[in-house]
Amino acid sequence: MIYPQIDARGRSCPEPVLMTKKALEQSPNGICVLVDNAVSRDNITRFGKNFGYQVSTELDGSDFKITLSR
Amino acid sequence: MQGKKGIIGAGLLIGVIAVILVRFGNPVNMGICVACFIRDTVGGLGFQRAEVVQYIRPEIMGIVLGAFFMALGKREYKARGGSAPFSRFIMGMIVIIGALMFLGCPLRMVLRLAGGDLNAIFGFLGFAAGIIVGIQFLNRGFTLRRTYNLAAFEGYLFPAVNVGLLILAITAPAFLFFSTQGPGSAHAPFVMSLAAGLIVGMLAQRTRLCMVGGIRDVILFKDWYLLSGFLAILAAALVGNMLFGQFKLGFAGQPVAHTDGLWNFLGMALAGWASVLLGGCPLRQLILAGEGNIDSAVTVLGMATGASLAHNFGLASSAQGPTLNGKIAVALGFIVILAIAYFNRDKSTEVTIKGGVKIDLPSN
Repeated sequence: MIYPQIDARGRSCPEPVLMTKKALEQSPNGICVLVDNAVSRDNITRFGKNFGYQVSTELDGSDFKITLSR
Repeated sequence: MQGKKGIIGAGLLIGVIAVILVRFGNPVNMGICVACFIRDTVGGLGFQRAEVVQYIRPEIMGIVLGAFFMALGKREYKARGGSAPFSRFIMGMIVIIGALMFLGCPLRMVLRLAGGDLNAIFGFLGFAAGIIVGIQFLNRGFTLRRTYNLAAFEGYLFPAVNVGLLILAITAPAFLFFSTQGPGSAHAPFVMSLAAGLIVGMLAQRTRLCMVGGIRDVILFKDWYLLSGFLAILAAALVGNMLFGQFKLGFAGQPVAHTDGLWNFLGMALAGWASVLLGGCPLRQLILAGEGNIDSAVTVLGMATGASLAHNFGLASSAQGPTLNGKIAVALGFIVILAIAYFNRDKSTEVTIKGGVKIDLPSN
């Protein structure tokens, strides 16, 4: 399954989570979010889990690629 | 320390540390106050000449350095910047002008509540109202745009400046200013203050503790994580104050506070609105600056500038209440924040995220 991807690199808290939230309204089954810092990774992970998504994270160079899926 | 237990534990510890600092000499209900302590520090350096609030507060340097070392150790240190630095400088000034109208940063607001200072209820309501207003702009695409990676050395300078401040405080050359009376003269022993700052900085770095983030995340995402840290500080400081006999319930005669409810509300509303647009409260800005975030370092400089002006221009309140100049400054602050909030809405982001539904929007 391939999910639409959004790029939240360089964005500071809480923007990556807001972008994730908006993107999930468009694509409720899942999305992939690219972030470049641990705070955003943790925030998006927590957000995803709070709203019942399965969250997986992989390291992509110095960035994090987070996949939220149902 | 990823889970809620971690941040609750950290909050409890910070609440206890704040009570202990008061017990050993810090002003009452001011175990830690980022706004007040930056103000005292710029006073110690002579940037403002209010004789009762001049002291280089080691808590501030400890918080920055604690966050710096923790971020290095956890490989989270990363020099970055370039997200609207001058807007952030101005917003830093505005946060402090609002906070000094109320007499405390959001952290001290919690500590004042924990000391029984009911005036802080108006501050809290204003703070929450300011955050709610700010969230409306966040939801409409407010952004200070992205940051960029910088050379690691750029990020070392801010912690280095804080080491320099510590050396100044220890050597105490004659050109510095140290209050002999008033809140600036009330302080815990140097080493204790520094150690407290280091611990708070490390804990806040790990848990991302943030007063403005707490309320924001509950409203935006129904996420109680950050707010639980805020509540833990309140609980621990409340119990600690009661045990040490530092708890005094009421409005009148509270330490370093005034009873003007309207301006307590408005001051913290301004601080809350500006902080939510900045992405974090003054404590969080110190932590981010320690982690290598140059935009936050610039914000801290804005806060230091705001603190200097607040006393040079007579904007800061005192126990007698707010000043006319302070009221004018807070009113101007609202106008400036409204302009920053309005003109930084990124319509292009909205178009992309909405999948091109709003393509008929005029381009800016």
